[in-house]
Amino acid sequence: MKDKIRIASGQGFWGDLIEAPIYQVTKGEIDYLVMDYLAEVTMSILQKQKNKNPELGYAKDIPELMKRILPICKEKNIKIITNGGGVNPISCGKAVLKIAELLGIKGLKIGIVLGDDIREEIDEILTSGSELKNMETGESIVTVKDKLLSANVYFGAFPIVEALQNGADVVITGRTTDTGLTLAPMIYEFGWKSNEYDLLSAGTIAGHILECGAQSTGGNFLGDWESIPNFAEIGFPICEAFPNGEFIITKHESLGGKVTVETVSEQLLYEIGNPQEYITPDCVADFTSIKLKQSGENRVRIFGITGKPETEFYKVSCSYADGFSASGSLTYSWPKALTKAKVADQILRKRLELLNLSFDEIRSEFVGYNSCHGPLARELDEDLINEIQLRVSVRSYDYYSVERFGKEIAPLILTGPPSVTGFAGGRPKPNEVVAYWPALLPKKLVEPKVEMLEI
Amino acid sequence: MKIKLIDIAHGRSGDKGDAANVGIIAYDNNGFEIIQKYLTAEKVKRHFTGICFGEVERYELPNLKALNFILHNTLGGGGTVSLKLDAQGKTLAAALLRMEIEVS
Repeated sequence: MKDKIRIASGQGFWGDLIEAPIYQVTKGEIDYLVMDYLAEVTMSILQKQKNKNPELGYAKDIPELMKRILPICKEKNIKIITNGGGVNPISCGKAVLKIAELLGIKGLKIGIVLGDDIREEIDEILTSGSELKNMETGESIVTVKDKLLSANVYFGAFPIVEALQNGADVVITGRTTDTGLTLAPMIYEFGWKSNEYDLLSAGTIAGHILECGAQSTGGNFLGDWESIPNFAEIGFPICEAFPNGEFIITKHESLGGKVTVETVSEQLLYEIGNPQEYITPDCVADFTSIKLKQSGENRVRIFGITGKPETEFYKVSCSYADGFSASGSLTYSWPKALTKAKVADQILRKRLELLNLSFDEIRSEFVGYNSCHGPLARELDEDLINEIQLRVSVRSYDYYSVERFGKEIAPLILTGPPSVTGFAGGRPKPNEVVAYWPALLPKKLVEPKVEMLEI
Repeated sequence: MKIKLIDIAHGRSGDKGDAANVGIIAYDNNGFEIIQKYLTAEKVKRHFTGICFGEVERYELPNLKALNFILHNTLGGGGTVSLKLDAQGKTLAAALLRMEIEVS
């Protein structure tokens, strides 16, 4: 058994710094590179791509990235784990194999985790007694069944562990918890058992710290952010994990950013609910047990973590089509920029009313004044306001209304208040609104599957 | 005595469906005693009048010198349904740090 492994975060979401994983594998020693690509909205986008082309449906950045890192990872024996397989992990794996072939890499094993996509099995699940009730409203999924775009179970770390046990150099999954990507190599390397809940919780919390990339190393840090060095080359987090569940969060020395108790604490609080019940498929971790200590420059030691057994359910995330929205904006300059923007907003609303369009919501925001903090924004002497961007957004089940709204923005330039600019990029087009349906599914109703591809 | 929350704490916020989570972290133990005593769910709810339209849940994490607030019915439907510029509530931690606390 290894006495320490180094797990590096390479992406915090699909769209994160493209160079980050390259830095992680070249600027110092690591054993694992983990990359989270899937936000809830991503699954529905990927499903739409797969509907158009059955070969697609995964994070398309992956083959391009693999071209750059596979030779290095193969040489240094760095294993790669990612959930970027989206709704088509097999095709993603095949695309990576093709890259390996082009690069002349031999003896590469890719583990694919399947079985999370339950879109085709909803009827079967319904007949077996689970209604996939919405966790927030309690409604049965039957109400949106015909509008479903995607439906995926969140698997935990163990299917990835199975792939690693099968010798995988690269593991590509569909919907896996972000935390499972980091926990899996610890289970695999240290031989942790599925009932060692304190250890599983420690690995889960390490995963929570890594899952948003540089958000734990100084990115988006609301403390003394001006003290963060070299944002341009910010180092993504690295977890040095030990068999007893303790770990150290650090980063490559030559890169920017900062790892302190403060930067890590902010990430620990990100998007959590009840801190004593952080529920994953593997365990229920207790965030109130976490102890942090600055153990060196850019090194934070984390220990003392406890947790409880996992629940009997998987979380399921479904997405469904729920109408249309569009957003348009114009910018007004001094003098009286805010007043002009408010008058323009009233003119626009009057025109929409005269057209008898139907909207579920019309929202107007004054960017540069109160779009972020709403009623908490400070009143300003209008003479001090240099410019204001008016941003108006609408949502409706009626496509025509949303489309017509998009045609009513530009006319304000010649038919409303003066010193207005910033209408570029054409008329705002209606976007399909994708809504979410969080539900629970008894674990016994679905089985993860691991397949191996090899070259 | 009035204390500006931004002088004693930092934090981070994000989304959980239509709810926002706002984590507030004190810089030191003294600061944590103040937020633990004075930063109640009711005060946070009142602070976010016109932004948060639901319940406010409050959790303590003394080990992190932190409090975690869940603001229900806050993000205009959440996710991609929301028309808000800040649909994920990313700026709400900063919005809470605008608060001034009356300390006796």
